[in-house]
Amino acid sequence: MFIINCPYCGERDQSEFSCGGEAHIVRPKQPTELSDDEWAEYLFMRKNIKGVQFERWNHAHGCRKWFNMVRDTSNDKIHAVYKMGEKPPVI
Amino acid sequence: MKNKYSIFSLIKNAFSQHENWKQAWGSPEPKKEYDAVIVGGGGHGLATAYYLAKKHNMKNIAVLEKGWIGGGNTGRNTTIIRSNYLWDASAGLYDHALKIWENLSQELNYNIMFSQRGVMNLAHNLQDVRDLKRRTHANRLNGIDAVWLDTKQVKEFCPIINTSPDIRYPVLGGTLQRRAGTARHDAVAWGYARGADAMGVDIIQNCEVKGIKRNGDQVEGLETTKGFIKTKKIGVVAAGHSSVIANMAGLKLPLESKPLQALVSEPVKPIIDTVVMSNAVHAYVSQSDKGELVIGAGTDAYISYTQRGSHDVVEGTLKAILELYPIFSRMKMLRQWGGIVDICPDASPIISKTNIKGLYFNCGWGTGGFKATPGSGDLFAHTIANDEPHKLNAAFNLNRFVSGDLVDEHGAAAVAH
Repeated sequence: MFIINCPYCGERDQSEFSCGGEAHIVRPKQPTELSDDEWAEYLFMRKNIKGVQFERWNHAHGCRKWFNMVRDTSNDKIHAVYKMGEKPPVI
Repeated sequence: MKNKYSIFSLIKNAFSQHENWKQAWGSPEPKKEYDAVIVGGGGHGLATAYYLAKKHNMKNIAVLEKGWIGGGNTGRNTTIIRSNYLWDASAGLYDHALKIWENLSQELNYNIMFSQRGVMNLAHNLQDVRDLKRRTHANRLNGIDAVWLDTKQVKEFCPIINTSPDIRYPVLGGTLQRRAGTARHDAVAWGYARGADAMGVDIIQNCEVKGIKRNGDQVEGLETTKGFIKTKKIGVVAAGHSSVIANMAGLKLPLESKPLQALVSEPVKPIIDTVVMSNAVHAYVSQSDKGELVIGAGTDAYISYTQRGSHDVVEGTLKAILELYPIFSRMKMLRQWGGIVDICPDASPIISKTNIKGLYFNCGWGTGGFKATPGSGDLFAHTIANDEPHKLNAAFNLNRFVSGDLVDEHGAAAVAH
């Protein structure tokens, strides 16, 4: 449990947000040409990092907007928050 | 076994003030090479080593544990054992485990305090009633005992439940598996450690794996904090840290690791003699032999390795507990803790080979691995020894995420994950 600085609303309790998992997984451009292995990789396989991870969050009980966050999963420390479409910061 | 436990050994040792009991397992330094190495000294890992030695005659094996035996999720769960899963594959897997539980104390010569006190799952709305009735029918077709109880029978079975129709989530009935129950979780790890040690397995504590060495598609050994260990077979049973180990071998798994919490109250006299679980309000409770209420909460909804868990999750669970059991309103909670659980997209485990030769994974148990400990160890040992899955864990392979043949127990498994 921690405080998240929503890029639209400011600091709010984590319980207002929902986590959308690993960020920057690009949706396949040609879905019809994908093999089963490539589908599995896109849909299911995750890095599940212990350490600094880039992830998507949604302010579900607030502005309901999606944004990205860089968080250390070993201690829940947040390094950066940035809007969708912005370039990920170098951590 | 070096030190067989019995009433006679107890009496004999009483004469020397119980100062001459031998250590239940040793603390060896790692050898240079093993036939197989198990990564993770929890219940599942130790059981795997035990059955590798016992049923597959592999004696030159080691279990590596970065902390101490049973200090991870084995010692952090709420000790519930049941097998009333919906799908055939899950029913086969969990009931295989339950059948081993029933004779495990005798087999290990170690009292694991297995208690078949029954597990009751409550229904709070019409959909719950339909789902749970369907599950009892599926269970019985698979030879697993299950009965449906109406509200009056629920109250008779567990009189402290509030069955008043005017609560927010009224009790409309429930299912009961009488063969289900609890066991002492530490004892399970200790019993398997002692049994494996007696057959020559090296149990190496405080030894963390730092890397996996590969030669092309074949594993060659492990870099550890106690030096390099050569081996051709590695069985990883690292629970919440499975992805960390997988990443060392350049492998991605379909897992997300999240904190799952539990808490215990101050000890009181016996008040609840069964296990009651509720999916809709996500609260479950039983009472330990020491008298503490053992309460399980849900997972945090984000990836974290912090072994803590959020306060709002506990708060939600306790609200549900208080509505169902008003008698607990003045109980004080003594301890709260978190463990890191690795959750698969279909909420079913993975007991599988990988596309790297000699690397096997037993993971993805999510929020409900303890109940499967003996069966998981038995089937994983079979998979490692034969390089082929047993028919009971064939469905739980890694390839199901490619083929789409998932074992979707989300919501079907009697509790939410």
